Amino acid sequence: MSKLTDLTIAEARDGLKKKAFSAVELTEAHIQSVEKARVLNAFVTETPEIARAAAADSDKRIASGAMRPLEGIPMGIKDLFCTKGVLTTAGSHILDGFKPPYESTVTRNMFNDGAVMLGKLNMDEFAMGSSNETSYYGPVINPWRRKGSDTKLVPGGSSGGSSASVAARLVMGATGTDTGGSIRQPAAVTGIAGIKPTYGRCSRWGIVAFASSLDQAGPMARTVRDCAIMLKSMASHDPLDSTSVDLPVPDYEAAMTGNIKGLRVGIPKEYRIDGMPAEIEALWQKGIAWLKDAGAEMVDVSLPHTKYALPAYYIVAPAEASSNLARYDGVRFGLRVPGKDITSMYENTRAAGFGREVQRRILIGTYVLSAGYYDAYYIKAQKLRTLIARDFEEAYAKCDVLLTPTAPGPAFGIGEKTDDPISMYLNDVFTVTVNLAGLPGLSVPAGLNADGLPLGLQLIGKAFDEATLFRVGEVIEKAAGATPRPQSWWEV
Amino acid sequence: MVTTRTETGPLIDGATGKWEIVIGMEVHAQVLSKAKLFSGASAEFGADPNAHVSFIDAGMPGMLPVINRFCVEQAVRTGLGLKAQINKSSVFDRKNYFYPDLPSGYQISQYKQPVVGEGIVLVDLPGGKTIEVGIERLHLEQDAGKSLHDQHPDQSFVDLNRAGVALMEIVSRPDLRSAEEAAAYLKKLRAILRYLGTCDGNMEEGSMRADVNVSVRKPGGPLGTRCEIKNVNSMRFVAQAVDYEARRQVDIIEGGGTIKQETRLFDSKKGETRSMRSKEEAHDYRYFPDPDLLPLEFDDAFVARIKASLPELPDDKKDRFMKDYGLSSYDAGVLVAERESADFFERVARGRDAKLAANWVINELFGRLNKEGKAVGESPVSAAAMGSIVSLISDGTISGKIAKDVFEIVWTEGGDPAAIVETRGMKQVTDMGAIEAAVDQVIAANPQKVEQAKAKPSMVGWFVGQVMQATGGKANPQAVNELIKKKLGLE
Amino acid sequence: MSVDKETVRRVARLARIAFPEERLEPMAGELNRILAWVEQLNAVDTSKVEPMTSVVKVSLKMREDAVTDGARAPEVVRNAPAGEDNYFAVPKVVE
Ligand SMILES: [Mg+2]
Ligand SMILES: [Zn+2]
Repeated sequence: MSKLTDLTIAEARDGLKKKAFSAVELTEAHIQSVEKARVLNAFVTETPEIARAAAADSDKRIASGAMRPLEGIPMGIKDLFCTKGVLTTAGSHILDGFKPPYESTVTRNMFNDGAVMLGKLNMDEFAMGSSNETSYYGPVINPWRRKGSDTKLVPGGSSGGSSASVAARLVMGATGTDTGGSIRQPAAVTGIAGIKPTYGRCSRWGIVAFASSLDQAGPMARTVRDCAIMLKSMASHDPLDSTSVDLPVPDYEAAMTGNIKGLRVGIPKEYRIDGMPAEIEALWQKGIAWLKDAGAEMVDVSLPHTKYALPAYYIVAPAEASSNLARYDGVRFGLRVPGKDITSMYENTRAAGFGREVQRRILIGTYVLSAGYYDAYYIKAQKLRTLIARDFEEAYAKCDVLLTPTAPGPAFGIGEKTDDPISMYLNDVFTVTVNLAGLPGLSVPAGLNADGLPLGLQLIGKAFDEATLFRVGEVIEKAAGATPRPQSWWEV
Repeated sequence: MVTTRTETGPLIDGATGKWEIVIGMEVHAQVLSKAKLFSGASAEFGADPNAHVSFIDAGMPGMLPVINRFCVEQAVRTGLGLKAQINKSSVFDRKNYFYPDLPSGYQISQYKQPVVGEGIVLVDLPGGKTIEVGIERLHLEQDAGKSLHDQHPDQSFVDLNRAGVALMEIVSRPDLRSAEEAAAYLKKLRAILRYLGTCDGNMEEGSMRADVNVSVRKPGGPLGTRCEIKNVNSMRFVAQAVDYEARRQVDIIEGGGTIKQETRLFDSKKGETRSMRSKEEAHDYRYFPDPDLLPLEFDDAFVARIKASLPELPDDKKDRFMKDYGLSSYDAGVLVAERESADFFERVARGRDAKLAANWVINELFGRLNKEGKAVGESPVSAAAMGSIVSLISDGTISGKIAKDVFEIVWTEGGDPAAIVETRGMKQVTDMGAIEAAVDQVIAANPQKVEQAKAKPSMVGWFVGQVMQATGGKANPQAVNELIKKKLGLE
Repeated sequence: MSVDKETVRRVARLARIAFPEERLEPMAGELNRILAWVEQLNAVDTSKVEPMTSVVKVSLKMREDAVTDGARAPEVVRNAPAGEDNYFAVPKVVE
């Protein structure tokens, strides 16, 4: 049975259709691997009973020939998505016991298409982090280890439970959310694929908000095709989200022709940052070579305001977060710590309920929005966003897609960067520009480094042109060759 | 905020001399919509706790606002009614602060770019004077929920039924100078909103609430420090609150103290204002554009469509009443104060003596309605009946005196005035024979009065009275008068 | 613009997060390092640049005025730490 967990979503889909195995068998195989992998701490909540019931229903539908796009596929859901009647924590103590009486639009779309939920995945608290170390439920451990070392490595963040569970074959695919790189960076350091769609492509309704103008949900899976299959189901126009876009969702798989002849690939020189590890530079060159071999044409482009993206992000995101997180006040849901009056109840609840990083960002956000500083910080940062978006528009006059590294390095050790916020923030240096401009970005597994750790390449597309990203991404994936699966050292 | 009012208004006396009160108002008017501003929950008043609440109104995680088009249209409609600037692009901001009845920790409002800009309201003051009150802005925002403090010894209960209901905040310039002016402004604003149908103006249910900003200064001097008095929910209270607050401030200043800018609460039982402890802390609302919403944009066609549907408003109606019906400014003002009254009057006046109609509607009908605390809509005397009474007077069928009796009968028993006059024989006697007989009788019976009258013609009135009595008030007073003069040889 | 202990105290109060005295000073240090780092934005002349108002170039969608929600008080209050007959309950508030 164990090899059922090695299948891709596409392979499983075919196997289920051919009745080579049942949805229940497929789900049981994954439930077992979840139970064996608890040391990775990838799940906040396991829902095997929900999974079994859904799988049984899927088998009925398959038997009746009414198979849906994600029929019987075992998935993990990042704990930022509200799931009706199932504990939803956002990785925070402050949401203790919160069972939403509603289902997020994205997960509803997936379940309507037959997806089977194995559980809710661990994550950085309120998606604030790049290593999954800020979770109230403890760090997630990357299934990958350095050659000949048993040092525990981070799975990236904030969607660290998603990346680890997909890489460790606990789930076939997982939902993630990406505000500054939280899908792409963890995907890269765990050797899987993940896409942050164009802002507005997936509904934000029912997803716990971090930074509303940057948040976007997306799929994480072991292949580019699997991401395409998932996004087709996750994406929709949602009348309940004023920022969701009313555009038809294309058939992404159909667009994956493997043909990129004549495609113009932009190489932004500003992404060649000082102190970038040689292996990252080398990886980038490999990616360029693969695309050239496939008939694409390389174009040098410039994104002059790239270096201002992270600082701008660390004004806009905390500012929005400080307001979005004001609703966690101990009145209507979650944790309440008593106080002598209403104000001290608020202050005690939020002091106990929010972790250090979340508190730090709320304070930054509150400060930059406060009287006298708003223009100097918030407005300034929003102006930089305009310039960054303009950079991309100008680049896209010369090219169809951009190729960059996803992350500045491979997975690092747990605790290595926690004492220095800024060095932690720098993990998003290649991914954050995309969020600020609202563009789609895909991270593709592109092989292992000398230590045997996975690295990823990022493709950045034009707004709502995810199709091109999948088409080019699959070409890179093929050229790089299948990423081996990590040694399952965690299995008990 | 600068005042557009130049001349000094009425003054109040202090120990050190005269003081001028300066008043500006922030009126929160609930949009007459079925659903809330950003959610599909009902905006209706009065329901079980949290029964009109959606997950959005409760600030649940991941919930998002979607704006109600009707509310936007009503804000624009009101702006047009205030002859104000309509901003085709406006922005919704978050006003951040913690309070139990504010579920999300912020109120969605409009700060730097409101949907409606500067406008004007004309306010008639008792005594015939009319003042211009400047409107600074009108913006759309969410109402808050309700905290109940009297249900439990050491807890407050929170009901979010009102949370998210659409409000129009209408901010005036500090152009008002007395309690009377403030109340008159509020009354006029309410009339405009009710004419437009954008707000029911019901202050008891809180669908219209006034925050009153009061300061005092030496006549013509610089503006003083103002205090904001919250939730003054009746015309009468506005007047009381202003008078109390102005007096309080004058006493403090004359006592050598200074006014500290603060939010105060009006206590309608005591008729006093007191500092609000919950608002003592200095606020920093950290306004910023709500990233869950895009800028609110519409085109000229959108505005034009709304403009085309505007009704005739009080000011225009008043002008027309004066011009077309020849009414006095005062009478016209009384009639247009409520759309229902104006419509009632026009139904009565149509094709009749409008001045006479105005007299009867204002003095007899409104007088009686007020006495019995009834609204025009509840009048036992229909516009048609009122109209036929007016006709019966003008065509001489009945005298004004008889008309009062007819009105009384219709008010209490109902029925058609013409028929009542007919069946109850209330018609004026126009048969000169009968009148002459009555006159001869009175003259014959009072020889000495006849002598006095010849010397003092004003005595004729006495004879007319006698004759009217003899005919049960039904003789035509005009005819009687002429006849008597003739018979006494007084012309 | 440098943040001192008192500023942290004020901002923490605005954000309604209780902060033990001993954490104010270190937090001031952390905030200052982050703020110093973001201040590199001042190197860019943005005098002629409009701040971004919306990421996607679409116009605000509007709802029709219909009652489509509500009448679910039990669900609304189900997750509340304290309450009574469908009210939320909080420590007494003095106005
Ligand atoms: Mg106000
Ligand atoms: Zn207001």
